[in-house]
Amino acid sequence: MCDTCGCNVTPGNRHLLEPEGKLYRAPDGRVAVHVLQGLLSENDRLAAHNRAHFDSHGVLAVNLMSSPGAGKTALLEATISALSGEMRIAVVEGDLETENDAERIRARGVPAVQICTGSACHLDAHMVHDALHQVDLPGLDILFIENVGNLVCPASFDLGQHRNVILLSVTEGDDKPAKYPVMFRAADLVLLTKTDLLAVLDDFSPERAERHVRALASEAPVVSLSARKGPGMDRWIGWLRSEVTAHRERVARGETRRPAIQPDGEHLHQAHEQGHGHAGRLAPPPRPGG
Amino acid sequence: MHELSVCQALIEQVVDIAREHRATGVERILLRVGPLSGVEPALLTTAFPMAAAGTVAEGARLDVEGSPVTVRCRTCGHEAEVPPNRLVCPACGDYRTEVRSGDEMLLARVELITASAAPA
Repeated sequence: MCDTCGCNVTPGNRHLLEPEGKLYRAPDGRVAVHVLQGLLSENDRLAAHNRAHFDSHGVLAVNLMSSPGAGKTALLEATISALSGEMRIAVVEGDLETENDAERIRARGVPAVQICTGSACHLDAHMVHDALHQVDLPGLDILFIENVGNLVCPASFDLGQHRNVILLSVTEGDDKPAKYPVMFRAADLVLLTKTDLLAVLDDFSPERAERHVRALASEAPVVSLSARKGPGMDRWIGWLRSEVTAHRERVARGETRRPAIQPDGEHLHQAHEQGHGHAGRLAPPPRPGG
Repeated sequence: MHELSVCQALIEQVVDIAREHRATGVERILLRVGPLSGVEPALLTTAFPMAAAGTVAEGARLDVEGSPVTVRCRTCGHEAEVPPNRLVCPACGDYRTEVRSGDEMLLARVELITASAAPA
């Protein structure tokens, strides 16, 4: 059996050695390696590690995403007041610069870790992992991660969260989900915020916003609220309470859940975990027309 | 511009693969990136040389293959190509569909130069 005369080539392995095969080696020594592995598999591996940390302490991790100024921090302030004495909360804040948001949260008596990303437009699993060293997970019920205000980049990075909540303020336009489909497709819950301003904005329709979310094949609930004036906050708080309960039950069963975000599916992640190498053997075949 | 972060992750994978195969260089990298991945192919191509500089992948050609957004309806079973912001079933109008392609962000193939490729 040798590579010289070709006597080790059988009908069973011949396809591997042909120009499109995994073991093809051109006469000039060029090697083509088929991989089919997610480009962010290292981030996804660390995100799974973060998620395992959260689960081991029964903590629900919620990632808040929106454009800048949609009211993420104001929502957190109102949420902390509403759940005071009932849930133990901590917040990881992501911004390019300043501790301002973390200070607003700390002023409410809740621990907050500020991540300053410098010029990075999103949080990734590594940044969150580093921040977790400053968070007392055993003493928590909910960890909120307030992502960098941006409707593009944060959608591509799994942080280890269980749920994605996307805020759309009524000053932004009800067609945002049609303009930023990758982000809104990642939502487990969409919050229409600052609805107290609807009285003076005649061009934002919550129904139209919801129709744009449904057009993305999303079943995420769409909830209207005003963090400053109060209406709708009870539905958001009710959603959080039921998520915390559901998560405790999942953890008790030894299960977890990933958010709606699904860049190329769970199967690739599993392939990476099992194969620990290049997932060509375990990943699904290329899709037709792809 | 998170494409630079994506390129840095890509280079780490390519460097590992090159090391495994004892390659001296990388000739070509093929990615498969769909419109629902959130990554812009043109920006990947711009960011790639910066991420590759000083690595075994420096000078490699980066090709990005697109993929159409297709959905399969969970209600009527119809499968169709659709625009990225219109993922409902074009046949029956139901929004309960699953995305079959168009959300990929994959390293598909790496073409390496190994020692035996060097002139004798």
